[in-house]
Order: sequence, then structure tokens, then C-alpha cells
Amino acid sequence: MSGKMAITTTVNGEEHEVLVEPRMLLVNMIRESLHETGTHIGCDTSSCGACTVLLDGRPVKSCTILAVQANGREITTVEGLETADGLHPVQEGFKEEHGLQCGYCTPGMMMTSVALLAENPDPSEDDIRKAISGNLCRCTGYVNIVKAVQYAAKKQQGVTA
Amino acid sequence: MLPSSFEYVAPTSVDEAVQALATGGGDAKIMAGGQSLLPMMKLRLASPSLIVDINNIAGLDTLEESDGMLRIGALVRHGELERSELIRDRYPIILDAAQHIADPLIRNRGTFCGSVAHGDPAGDWATVATALGAELHAVGPNGAVVHSAADFQTSMFETKLGADQILVEARIPMPKPGQGSAYKKIERKVGDYAAAAVGVSIVLDGTTITEASIGLTNVGPLTIHAAAAAASLIGKSIDDAEAIEQAGVLAAAASDPVSDLRGPADYKRDLVRVLTKRALRTAGTRAQGKEA
Amino acid sequence: MSTPTVSHVEGAIGQSPKRIEDDRFIRGKGNYVDDVQLPGMLFMSIYRSPFAHATINSIDTSRAMAMPGVLACITGKDLEAHGLAWMPTLAGDTQAVLATDKVRFQGQEVVAIIAKTQPQAEDALEGIDVDYDPLPVIIDPKHAMDADAPVVRTDLEGKTDNHIFTWESGDADATDRAFEGADIVISLDTLYPRIHPAPMETCGCVSDYNTATGKMTVHLTSQAPHAHRTLFALVAGLPEHKIRIISPDVGGGFGNKVPIYPGYVVATAASLLIGKPVKWIESRSENLISTGFARDYHMSGELAATKDGKMLGLRATVLADHGAFNAQAAPSKWPAGFFNIATGSYDMPAAYCKVDAVYTNKAPGGVAYRCSFRVTEAAYLIERLVDNLAHKTGIDAAELRKMNFIQPEQFPYKSPMGWEYDSGDYDKAMDIALELVDYKALRKEQAEKRERGEVMGIGFSSFTEIVGAGMSKICDIAGLAMIDSAELRIHPTGKGVLKLGVQSQGQGHETTFAQIVANELGIPSTDIVVEHGDTDHTPYGLGTYASRSTPTGGAATAIVARKLREKGRQIAAHMLECAPDDLEFDSGTFTVKGSPDRTKTIQECIFKAYQSELPEGMENGFEDVTYYDAPEMTYPFGTYICVVDIDKGTGAVTVRKFVAVDDCGTRINPMIVDGQIHGGLTQGFGTAMMELISFDEDGNCFGSNFMDYLIPTAVESPHWTLGECVTPSPHHPIGAKGIGESPTVGSPQAIVNAVVDALTPYGITNIDMPLSSHKVWKALRDAGVADE
Repeated sequence: MSGKMAITTTVNGEEHEVLVEPRMLLVNMIRESLHETGTHIGCDTSSCGACTVLLDGRPVKSCTILAVQANGREITTVEGLETADGLHPVQEGFKEEHGLQCGYCTPGMMMTSVALLAENPDPSEDDIRKAISGNLCRCTGYVNIVKAVQYAAKKQQGVTA
Repeated sequence: MLPSSFEYVAPTSVDEAVQALATGGGDAKIMAGGQSLLPMMKLRLASPSLIVDINNIAGLDTLEESDGMLRIGALVRHGELERSELIRDRYPIILDAAQHIADPLIRNRGTFCGSVAHGDPAGDWATVATALGAELHAVGPNGAVVHSAADFQTSMFETKLGADQILVEARIPMPKPGQGSAYKKIERKVGDYAAAAVGVSIVLDGTTITEASIGLTNVGPLTIHAAAAAASLIGKSIDDAEAIEQAGVLAAAASDPVSDLRGPADYKRDLVRVLTKRALRTAGTRAQGKEA
Repeated sequence: MSTPTVSHVEGAIGQSPKRIEDDRFIRGKGNYVDDVQLPGMLFMSIYRSPFAHATINSIDTSRAMAMPGVLACITGKDLEAHGLAWMPTLAGDTQAVLATDKVRFQGQEVVAIIAKTQPQAEDALEGIDVDYDPLPVIIDPKHAMDADAPVVRTDLEGKTDNHIFTWESGDADATDRAFEGADIVISLDTLYPRIHPAPMETCGCVSDYNTATGKMTVHLTSQAPHAHRTLFALVAGLPEHKIRIISPDVGGGFGNKVPIYPGYVVATAASLLIGKPVKWIESRSENLISTGFARDYHMSGELAATKDGKMLGLRATVLADHGAFNAQAAPSKWPAGFFNIATGSYDMPAAYCKVDAVYTNKAPGGVAYRCSFRVTEAAYLIERLVDNLAHKTGIDAAELRKMNFIQPEQFPYKSPMGWEYDSGDYDKAMDIALELVDYKALRKEQAEKRERGEVMGIGFSSFTEIVGAGMSKICDIAGLAMIDSAELRIHPTGKGVLKLGVQSQGQGHETTFAQIVANELGIPSTDIVVEHGDTDHTPYGLGTYASRSTPTGGAATAIVARKLREKGRQIAAHMLECAPDDLEFDSGTFTVKGSPDRTKTIQECIFKAYQSELPEGMENGFEDVTYYDAPEMTYPFGTYICVVDIDKGTGAVTVRKFVAVDDCGTRINPMIVDGQIHGGLTQGFGTAMMELISFDEDGNCFGSNFMDYLIPTAVESPHWTLGECVTPSPHHPIGAKGIGESPTVGSPQAIVNAVVDALTPYGITNIDMPLSSHKVWKALRDAGVADE
């Protein structure tokens, strides 16, 4: 249907029913229908990763997925990282290690980092650089982003150890 | 930027998907990962009237060996191949390619079969499928159809897959004793298409090459099956530098690149020569059970 | 007044407190222009020219107007009726807002569509029908002055060619004489190619006209909100007190967000006419093809020297490609920016440069991309020449530089093209870099590798920057003096707000400027909240670019805090019944000299300022404002050393090691300084290795999206090794010089020099950026080098 379709999707743990045009991109639904503007748009060609969210736990570019495809799925955005227990270790790492400057790529970069650490709790610098290579940052030169992820890895291991 | 309007269906079986595709005439498009299709739609280089989303069809995510074949279902993402122990242990060329397709985020969404069906000569998987002699299993209104990877692409963005067919699975023969493979790609940065890439698969008896297959990426209007280069290796030793060089020269001769932002045609042709040699050496090392 | 001791002040200068602004960014609670969603907001899209040069015969918007949700299609003719079809550029030229007579570059703005939703605005682009007559194009600037070249600016009365300006600096005759006496002259023709700042956030605005109050609020991606307010007033004829520019969080600027773009003007006009908020956000493609490109300098440089390597003179001629309109961003009196800093770090008696600028059928510019107005091109040219001189004379590149460096005792140093350098210790920075990189071992390794046929190179860059514009007597933009300001207000309980005329796009002003206050007043930096970017709530300033925030706004902050410290001293003396001069100030406490128990904290003084019984004649309150006009520019410098390995098979260049020793004077927050350097180095790496906006012979733009305009990822980006050198500026209140741009200014030539050094054995003396593998491959193959 090119008319609007009703979908049910869980975003940051909360279930939403949303009416979307089939051509609406997931990032537009998150930003405009749900008013969660932490997920950004930086290009038109799936090149920059500013729009990265977790789809059923995996980091994906929300500008290259249709909103209707989120029907029945779970989405996590930057707004879903902080819990009642406080900041996610990745958020803490980005602040502690100066892993951001203008902040525009940061939400996407953090979502990719969160997924990396879920899969590989003790990544090498090389692992981190490869994992974040779908996310462009124009400010930091990536050095402190690597440190931020390492900080988070240590913090997470400390918590579980 | 947004795509033009379209209708959307998300069937839950292959039969329903085939039916849906039929209703779209020639203008419907299957969407698996959507990582090639959606960007084209956003730039309005493609404006299908109907999207048939196959992500809700159960059973298309098979990644396993059975009956002598590696089966890669239509919903197997690049990232799953990259993370698969089976692939890591037994199909080094697939791991090589998986690590260098697009970027890690796109790899979580894009699919092997979707890439092959896209018919883009810049697609890495078509080359891998060619080098490994893959069978491409499709389903259409008249039932199952099997295509060969080696001659699957017919022109830029066109393949033998009928507009009413869905590519549901790629099947790759399981490795033989003494088989080694490798994929070498030159890209300007992560996320770029290949300036040139070469996939090779060889079988060794001792150091003697008994079987060889070479595929080339993004150096012509089609994915190139460099048959003469491969044939020249049969009976030669993997340690025969002259034979390896000759295969590189023949592979370069089989390429037909155009000059663009990734470099002039003569550069790309020379890359084919150099990468063919490097891929053969790596494949040889792997065939002999050494790490590479 | 000097900087006080701050032994116990939390967040004072030299410490690295974590950034205040990060608390919102890490939660996704930044507020960028595209995040602004207003009730009733409309959306704008822009139809752009597919041609680089074509006459517009007619524009038919009727199909678009009939499409769902479309409210208006605005053409140049519509704007003409309001006198808005053309606007002034920062360089004093005019630029079409929407094309009327003809289009002059691919991607030029022709029709603006206003619709109820963003998808509707985009859909309607397909409903615009323009009848064009394509015209011959001029793409190569080297042919722009040919007699038969098509004239781009037929709108300028009497204009019969494509010449924009000729600008000269230095003494041509003296330079000629210096060259006559030279043993060696090194010549280099090189292109610093057209690139783009490409911040992760594109440009855009939400213009919101209040029909009841007549107030126009523009949420704008702006590096210079105050200057933009004045320009809006001048261009659109709106009364300036009824314009409010809010530049909220800005997702990177790098010079891209200094100019005013047609989209801002049309969206604002549309909001004014329709009476509703109008949002316009560029797509990435629009950003790359139409806004603020940088560089595009075709440079011919000559360096004269004795056979022993003593530099005698520099001569440079430049052909500058400014595109279809001269929209260069630079102070008004500086058409080629500060290109005449080109003698760099070297003491030579004579220099001369001449810059000719021309129009071509390309996007207008250029902006100073992370650069203080053409210093990047100048630093590139001299550093490339110096490395080539080293190769020619056989003198080691480090040694040659040290032989020619301006010496510490020569400062303030008057350069042959007229600048007065404030301070420097170039040998020191070089020595630190040489040690960090282990230079001797590297040259030994290189010699061994050459024996084995491997290709490795070492490249230098010992740049000097000129930043902090600065100096109203020579620097203005559109007549506005390039001053900047700070307003400091401390509330009764000792916590307060600092308001700035400069604006952050990621530099961390909310943290570092509070540190300056902490330093001067001795209160914790976290007790100060910094506001910027809203013209209704901050004092006037020219904005943040050209590394000017710390040199100007930072100076204003220190001075305004000192004014308040003196007020505090008066109050303390009053309370302690002593003379103000009898008080010492340390870490926020006034103490009567010789009576350590007689003290008043700054907080006590502040509270007193809001009470009765103040010193005779003193007003209540604890606030002040300072406008700072810099007495001189500041001159950051550094030495960078780059080590590359080259794959003979593919031509691929790998930056294996890169040492950067920067001297930016006093470092306010070392963590943030390092972060700025990392980022700038990576942009310089992108410039050297992959970034490029190019055109085919018809004027079609390549590099129009992030698949073609290549920005380094974490995988390509090198590991940076930083070293530190601190030579304070003698004239800046806290001795700081500015750091944002040094690394982009200094790094590309280190990489190119390393590649040329690697290829010197094969007779190669130059490869222009970007250093694409295919160029290196060709150089190797042409020299007969086999792949293995």
C-alpha cells in the first residue's frame, strides 16, 4: 500500500504504534514521528553512519531501512542507553576520553560501539577501528573514540568481574 | 532524501512473494537487505512501484553445509558470513570478501544473494560465487530454476534472474582436499567499491595446480570469469613464479576496465595482474594448510 | 594585569576538566538546526541547475504547484520583485540567490519549493520545468583569461572577461635581485586542489517570522551568528533589532558555515511572505556541490638559495579559481587572505607574491576550510619548496630547516611581506619532533630498505600559522571590525554566566572559556555556564573561524574577568579596611599582605556586591563586558614529521608514523588541545590522500556525495603521535595563540613531502594531492619500477 500503514515497533523498550508511508525511512520515523532527535542524518548515500541505531541488537543505518521494516522489531537509539542505574559505560567513556567534539556523529558512533562491546568485550584497537569504520567523524580523528571504547570495555569488565 | 512513493508488501512465504512479484509486473523489486536498492531509490535512480520485502519469510537464513554444498540463503547477511565459524574455517575467500564489503553497518543488513542478484559488476559476491562455481537457486511462477554463477550476469545491472523470480539460495561446492582460495581487493577507503578485486580458487596436488578459477570485480561491464588465466595454471607449480606472473598477465588481459575516479584503465588492468598474483600466492599457502 | 596564581582552583588553565557540553551530546540531547520542530512548520526544497552554464529561457512551475502539499514555488523573478534576487558576498561581489538570467554552475539554485511536508517538497522537484539554452563553459582556470573564453559574469556591467582581481605583496624588485644572486632556484608548479570542509551536519535553517511582533527568528547553522544578523539586516532590509539568529548546536563548521547561502535567504523570505516557519536542510549532495568549497589554488613557487642551502628569497604566483561568484571568506582588505605569510618559518631577505583570481563555471567560494584565510596554501607551497631544496642540495631536510629558521631572539620578527610574528622557538619544536620520531634510526632504516628495493619516505613540515584576526585596523568583514567580546555576570552566590560573541561548532567553548574565568577569578570552572550562539542573549562578535576564538574571545574573557577581579579587590579592601594594593590574590582569595588571617574570598566579595554599604561610588552587581581588538595576530607553529611506506604493486601509500609537535602558546585545556590536533591532522590526511572536488569538461561535478567525496574512516586514519612545545604569545592576555587550524595547515605537506622523499631515487620531484594510489603507481611505473 502506498497509503499509510500501521506498524508496531518497540523503541528503547517502549512499544509504539505508528502510521507510516511505506517510503518513510526508519530514521525519519524516529526523528519526526517519535520526536527522538538524537539519531542524526549526515548523508544520502548510506555512507556516514550518523543515523546508526540497533535493530534487534545489531547496529544498522536507519536511513537505509524502511520504517515499515521495523514492524515487530526492537530498536535502540542513543536515548535508550542511559538507564536508572546511570550512563551506559560507552557514554561515560566518550565523555571521559574526549571522544567527541561537535557531537553530531556521536550517537551513531556510540551505538556501533555498544554493539561491538556486546559481541567482543575486550576489543583490540584494530578491532575497534574496523568496527567503527562505517561511522564517519570529521572532528576527532578517531583517536579518542578508540580510547572511549577501551574505557567502556574496561568499565564493563570491571562490573562483570 | 526520500524515495518516490511505492506500494509495499511483506509476504511470509516464498510462494506469496512470487505471487506478489507477479502483480507488480516488471516494475516490482525484491528487497532483502536493501543496502543497494534503497540508496538508489533515495537518489531516485530507481523508482519501483512495488517493494516485496522478503525479510519476514522464515527459512531463508540458512547458512550450513549439506549434501556436499554450502548453502547460503537469501537472508544471510554479509556480517553473518564474516562472523561464521564455518566460513572462517573452510571458506577463506568468503571471509576475505565479507570483511571488505561496504562497511560493518551495511554488512549487518546487506545479503549475499541480494548482492549477486543486483547484477553490479562492482559486487564482490558475484566474483566469489564465480570463483567458487556457485549454483544460484531461484523460484519463479513455474517453480525452481538453477542458474550458474559464472554466466549469471548478462549486462550492467542485468542477470539471468527473471523479473518474476526470487533468488532464494546460493549453493557452493564444499572444499576439496588441497583447495585454497583468496580474495584481494583494492579500495580507496572503507565503504568504497573496488578499484579492482580478484577472487581465486585453486586445488593443489602437492604443489601442482590441478584446478583453478579466477573472478574479477569492477574491471568491466560484467563480473569477469578469467578462464584463460585460470586454465594457464593447470599443471603448473604454485611456486612457479613465471606461471603465476603469466596468470596475472592473462587475467589483466581479460579485464576491460574504464577510467574513472578510482583510476585510469591501465592502472586498474595492472592491479588485476598484481592482485591475481597475490591472491594465487595466498590461496596456495592456504591450500597447503599454512596460515595466510 | 597578569594571570594570578591559581594553585588550588578547580578547572583553571592547564587542567583538563571533562567537557560540560558532552552531558547533552552523549545523551542525544544536542539541539541541532534539523532538530528544531515548530508547529505549522513548512519545508523547502531547492531545484538546482543540471548545467554548468546555460541561459534560462523560461521556468514553468505549474506541474509542481499542482502536486500535493505544494504551497509556493519561488523563482528569481519572484525575488527580484523584493530586491532579493541577488545578494552581496563576503568578498564584496554579488551572488545570485535564485538564478534569473542564466545558471553559472552545476547545482546552482533556480527554484525554491515550499510544501507542507518534506517528502512533498522533494517530490515537487520533479514538477519543475526549466527551458535552458546551454552555453559554452569555462572549467579550466588556466583558460579563463583566454580571449575566446565564455564570460561567466555577464551580469556585471561592462564585464568582458573572467578576471576578478590581481593582488600583490612584497618587493618584486628586491626579490628579483635576490634571485639573481642565487646559486640554486627551486621551482614548483602545484595545485592545491578544490576540497570541501564537509562537516557531518550539512547547512540549513529554520526561519520563523512572527507576524504579530514582526520578529524574524532564524535557527541557523552559523559560525558567526552576530555578523549574519547584520548581513540579514543589510540584505533583506529587516530592522536588525527584529532579527534573532540562533545558532544552536552546530555539527561541525570548519569554515563551511561562515558564508550566507541562498537557501537561508529564500527560506527567510518565504517565512516572511507566508508567515509560517520554513525549514530548509541541505542534502549532502547540495552541501558538496553548492556551498563553501576551499583552496583551488594553482601555485607556481620559486625558492632562491645559496649552494649551502641558505634561503635568499621566495617568489610565488597564484591562479585562484573562485568559481562563478567571488564568495571567498576573508577579511575585506585581503582578497587572497593571508597568503603572504608564505615565507613561513624561514628568515629570508626578500619575497614577493602575486595572486590572480578568475571566475569559472563552478560553485562559488572559497572558504577558509579549517584555515586562517589562505595560510594553508601558503604553508603548503613553502614547505614543499623547502623539501625539494633539501633534495636538490643534498642537505638533510631537518638540517636545512634549522639553518634557515627565524631564531628566538629575532622575535618580534618582521617578515619580508610585512607580518610581525609574535614569538617562536622553531628549533625547539623541531628537536622535540626529531627525538619523538627517532629520526636517525628512520634514515638508517630508509637506506637499508632502499638497498632492498623497498619504498619508504620521510617528510617534514615546519609551518608557521597566522591566526586570530584580529586587528581591526587591517581586518574587517563587510565593514565590521573583527573584534570579539565577552560579558561576564556573577550571581550573588558566586556562580555565573559568561556570554560570548564567538560560537562553538565542537571546540568546547563551554568548558575552556569557563576555565579562563576560573583562572582569573579563582572560582571553579563548573560554577560558570557559558552561553553563545543566540544573538538576543550574547554580545556582538564576528564568530568562530580562522582559529580566532581564543585569540579574540578568549582574550576578552580574560580581560572582563580581570575587571571583575579588580572590583572584587576594591570590595575586599573595603571589607578588610585596607588599601587595594595591600591585597594579594591567590586561588580565589584576597589576603592582606603579611596578615594571612585577614582574608576575603572572591565569593564573599561577590555577595557583598549585591548588598548595601559598598565602597564609595561603586554600583551594585558583579558584571561587565569587554570588546577586544587584538593588537597583533598570533603565530602558532610546529614541526610535523611523516613516515610513509609505498606498495610498489598498487601504489598504495601507508602513513606508518606521524609525529606532530605543536606550539599554540598557553594551553587552556590540554585534553581539548590534543583533540583539536587529532581532528585537524586527520582532515589534513584526508586532503593529502583522498579528498577532491573535480569537474569534467562540461562542468559536471565529481565529489558530489560521500561515495565520491572521500572522508577518512578510522581504518585509513593514521595513529598520531603528539609532542608539545609552549611559547606563549607576548601580547595575548593569557599567552594563548589558537590551535584549531595548525594541524590542517601543517600536515598535508608533511605527507606529500614523505611520498616525494620516497620517490626521489626515481627522479620524482612532485605529485599533487590527493595522493591517490594510481598517481603513485604511475610515477613508479613511469620510472621503470616493477611491482616486486
